[in-house]
Amino acid sequence: MISGAETPKIALVGVEKSFGRKRVLDGIDLAVAAGESLVIIGGSGTGKSVLIKCILGLMRPEAGSIRIDGEETVRLRRAGRERLMGKFGMLFQGSALFDSLSVWENVAFGLVQGRGMQRDEARDIALKKLAAVGLAEEVAMLSPAELSGGMQKRVALARAIAAEPEIVFFDEPTTGLDPIMADVINRLIVSSVRELGATTVSITHDMTSARRIADRIAMLHKGRIVWQGPASEIDHTDNPFVDQFVHGRAEGPIQMEVRAA
Amino acid sequence: MTDSLAAIGAVFLAFLAAVGRLTRFALQALAAVFSPPYFLGLVLRQVLYIGYYSLPVVGLTALFTGMVLALQSYTGFSRFNAQSAVATVVVLSMTRELGPVIASLMVAGRVGAAMAAEIGTMRVTEQIDALTTLSTDPLRYLVLPRLIAGLVTLPALVLVADIIGVFGGFLVGTYKLDFNPQAYLTQTEQYLETIDVVSGLVKAAVFGFIIALMGCYHGYHSRGGAEGVGQATTHAVVSSSILILIFNYALTQAFFS
Repeated sequence: MISGAETPKIALVGVEKSFGRKRVLDGIDLAVAAGESLVIIGGSGTGKSVLIKCILGLMRPEAGSIRIDGEETVRLRRAGRERLMGKFGMLFQGSALFDSLSVWENVAFGLVQGRGMQRDEARDIALKKLAAVGLAEEVAMLSPAELSGGMQKRVALARAIAAEPEIVFFDEPTTGLDPIMADVINRLIVSSVRELGATTVSITHDMTSARRIADRIAMLHKGRIVWQGPASEIDHTDNPFVDQFVHGRAEGPIQMEVRAA
Repeated sequence: MTDSLAAIGAVFLAFLAAVGRLTRFALQALAAVFSPPYFLGLVLRQVLYIGYYSLPVVGLTALFTGMVLALQSYTGFSRFNAQSAVATVVVLSMTRELGPVIASLMVAGRVGAAMAAEIGTMRVTEQIDALTTLSTDPLRYLVLPRLIAGLVTLPALVLVADIIGVFGGFLVGTYKLDFNPQAYLTQTEQYLETIDVVSGLVKAAVFGFIIALMGCYHGYHSRGGAEGVGQATTHAVVSSSILILIFNYALTQAFFS
């Protein structure tokens, strides 16, 4: 947990975001300490991805404050936003690898284009990062389309950590993977992030993944944080939302929308 | 009556909002010209894609357009014994109107659609968001190189189309209509003025910019998976084709009225 005197790495206060009349985030208050691994759980369509995109600056909330290292970021202009992006790494749900580039060029992209590094130097770093996620050098020259889903996730992880960011976001890192590959990805996330000493925010509805990578877990429901606490308490809380979600029961306070709102 | 006026007003306001969004998008992309980094390699790749790879389809279209133009103008002008004007009609039509318009419409179908599909797919697969998180401005990286390439490549492509179209007219004129080759060429250049060619090239530059802008704009704002990308592609081709025709009239009026 965060000590009173310490400035949180990420601090959200009263963040609201709507699409048309649908309110997706309804006053989110959340703080993540430096070096902490926070996992946000919740059902599909509860606003988890929107929350991450608001923190990253890919979406702008209508109200509230988002501070990174104490700096307000909601109304940052282009130059400030680009500087801030240097602190971030992101693993997207669908990997989001660039089809037109080879695997190593994908991993080195942020170094070459974002930081102006020479291609040879960036290539060496990319190969090291690929090795760190268990991919051989032969894979580096392949196109992303030639890789399996699990390998694409590994490349995306290598790309997310290549520039050694201070904060790494993981959007559904194990979705679509078989349980063994999901565990491989979870272990890689834990080891890579530990090596970097980075702060992480992950969103998932995979409880195995959440238990594996989280120091702390927060649960999002209908745009609000309905519970947060240490990962070790997730199975012992009497919060009815968490209890229903963790045990995957249809009955409970969370009612799934079976038709469009 | 009030409802009808409200509906017309709503459509007009939506149109103005769309124009505003498009203008803002173009200005934001063009603003990146004034500061590094510059992606010259991407510009050259687009120049190659728009120009070189469009040559076969544009050349073929221009060739047949010139040939048909010679045939049609011959059969029309022979009704009042003005067959000798065929070469002049072919070269003026090709350089002023048909070269830029037909080449641009072909490029809009080929390149504009591809741009919308490529950028649209990048949008729905979160690759554009990934660019942003990798400290790379998507407008600078994806849109600006295409706008520049469209602007500079279409004039070159249209110049080639003009030459091929005139050559098509020459082939029909000399082999089918029995014009003397030397006389045909003399007539081709006799009434041709610099403004005829330059106006066509200026049109081509504007049309090239429109094609790239509409392809990028619709792709960049596509939503909802494969269906959204398909719609973006259709919108890109239709809107750029309509804008080409509208701007063609406006530019013709500006040059020649």
